[in-house]
Amino acid sequence: MDKFIKLSAIAAPLPMANIDTDMIIPQQHLKTITRTGLGKYAFSHIRYHDDGSERDDFVLNKPAYRTAEILVTGENFGCGSSREHAPWALKDFGIKCVIAPSFADIFYGNCFKNGLLPITLPQETIDLLLDDAGRGANAIITVDLETQTISGPDGGTVSFEVDPYRRHCLLNGLDDIGLTLEKKKIIENFEAKKRLTQPWMFQDE
Amino acid sequence: MMPRTLYDKLWQSHVVDVQEDGNCLIYIDRQIIHEVTSPQAFEGLRAAGRKLAHPEAMLAVPDHNVPTSADRATVITAQDSQIQLDILEQNCKEFGVEYIPMMDARQGIVHIVGPEQGFTQPGMTIVCGDSHTSTHGAFGALAFGIGTSEVEHVMATQTLILNRQKNMRIDVAGTLCPGITAKDIALAIIGKIGTAGGTGHVIEFTGSAIRALSMEGRMTLCNMSIEGGARSGLIAPDQVTFDYVMGRPKSPKGAAFEQAVAYWKTLPSDEGAAYDKEIFIRAEDIAPQVTWGTSPENVLPITGVVPNPNDVMDEERKIALQRALDYMGLTPGTKLQDVTIDRVFIGSCTNGRIEDIRAVAEVVKGKKIHADVEAWAVPGSGLVKFQAEEEGLDQILIAAGFQWREPGCSMCLAMNADKLLPHERCASTSNRNFEGRQGPKGRTHLMSPAMAAAAALTGHLTDIREL
Repeated sequence: MDKFIKLSAIAAPLPMANIDTDMIIPQQHLKTITRTGLGKYAFSHIRYHDDGSERDDFVLNKPAYRTAEILVTGENFGCGSSREHAPWALKDFGIKCVIAPSFADIFYGNCFKNGLLPITLPQETIDLLLDDAGRGANAIITVDLETQTISGPDGGTVSFEVDPYRRHCLLNGLDDIGLTLEKKKIIENFEAKKRLTQPWMFQDE
Repeated sequence: MMPRTLYDKLWQSHVVDVQEDGNCLIYIDRQIIHEVTSPQAFEGLRAAGRKLAHPEAMLAVPDHNVPTSADRATVITAQDSQIQLDILEQNCKEFGVEYIPMMDARQGIVHIVGPEQGFTQPGMTIVCGDSHTSTHGAFGALAFGIGTSEVEHVMATQTLILNRQKNMRIDVAGTLCPGITAKDIALAIIGKIGTAGGTGHVIEFTGSAIRALSMEGRMTLCNMSIEGGARSGLIAPDQVTFDYVMGRPKSPKGAAFEQAVAYWKTLPSDEGAAYDKEIFIRAEDIAPQVTWGTSPENVLPITGVVPNPNDVMDEERKIALQRALDYMGLTPGTKLQDVTIDRVFIGSCTNGRIEDIRAVAEVVKGKKIHADVEAWAVPGSGLVKFQAEEEGLDQILIAAGFQWREPGCSMCLAMNADKLLPHERCASTSNRNFEGRQGPKGRTHLMSPAMAAAAALTGHLTDIREL
């Protein structure tokens, strides 16, 4: 997994609440067997006209935001389907950090598995960041996961909270399957005990 | 000992290890997989040279992409869909996972097949790369949707690293009025708490109206938990649950079943157990529900009118509401019952069970659907289809003008050929009315099977109580 340590980038404002994963990546683009190449379909319903041409009114199509790597958005971002294609599409497009007042649980967890940092902040702080983001390339925002701070273009800094385990994995680009497999013995002991007390739960009993 | 909730018990009985940071390694008893969210997980295992920890704890069924037309054994599926279907079969063969092929009588939507086969049992942890895995919570199992990376984690380790959710209780006391179903309860709850109301929580549904629901109704309710933001919904197991589980192919048998029931009876929340959030609803207050917008929380009783964005003070909400109305092609103040429809979709993991088909048949028996309406019934599984045909329900639906199709997810998410045309308006028993969900620019109104059947007859949204 890609590490996430520190990022200084253009932030795109997308102040809509309840952006669902169907909107982030519509169902017709889920027929893939790889994790890559979905960036061109990210937000396709609101990003393109029916003929495939770009919509001028969509923020990531505007010249100032085509290279944005941070998205500042509304509450309950990523609600709906569990499709990990949503963070895959964002990441493939170039988005490495999403900042919102709240996230849907499954999407939030999926981000961390893909080197994408979701940050939850109070609406007042989001409003300030949206103002900064509105200034495009004139307002580079710096997200530092080590110090858990966001610095705006005018010197202001805000702190954010993140689960320590997820932070550790992101900072080091760790594959958590590998980490869990180091606990194989503990898992096997748990299973052995469970087989004694709840044998019916095991299909091979 | 502190009184514990059902969720506390399910959680504690699956903790393998507590990490220093407070996250827990949780044992996963069952994983169901389908063709859309598993290929990358298998590929990840292969790339890392890993094996499945417990192939026997998995069950695979193709559902999202399968054609639902009568000629599906021979019909040419879109190439990209066919690749996903073929790869699921190949992966299952290579890794030793039980696979139910499309033409098997048991095939259907993962969340309908799991319970039917007895693969779903109380007290378990159950996961699937699909958000509607919350359905299985109806059995008193901790069940939730996961992303593909987590699918791979479970495949390799039979565990997940999770942090504990909060406890939320939604109590529905009293008796539902005639014509009101589990779907109406689910929509009314989402209308009340919003689509993020359950975020960070596991919702336990309690109360006499919940206890009175059949297993089918309970599954409908838990299925929609995710639309209220909760990854899992729960209903305490009781005799209704035990009776449903007993005798199914993968259920415990004989003495093992008795041993299991004795354990399952210890699962319900203890008297006095504490919840972080509690909501109380009177069953009698729930009217037939129908959505008008592009989020499940955009829901009203069928007697309502399309809301006016100008009545909303919050600027962001006003814009969102206007956007929803523009998408749905609706004018503020229009009576919901005056909204005409083009299509009807009966099916999905929310409402594709036998009870749902029966409800539709009861409404349309001996009648004809409106001439301008195209109506589909897509049973949730081959076994539901078989049962419905045994009961003659297919003939009632066909005589009324419905298409009676083969099982699959179909037009709930429109991944296969089953979709709305742009601007077509659908009375749907599915779970999401997001923009484009049932096809680009398609317009979805969510409701119960009986309400969708009523709309099929009249050609407009209709109050089932007046039919």
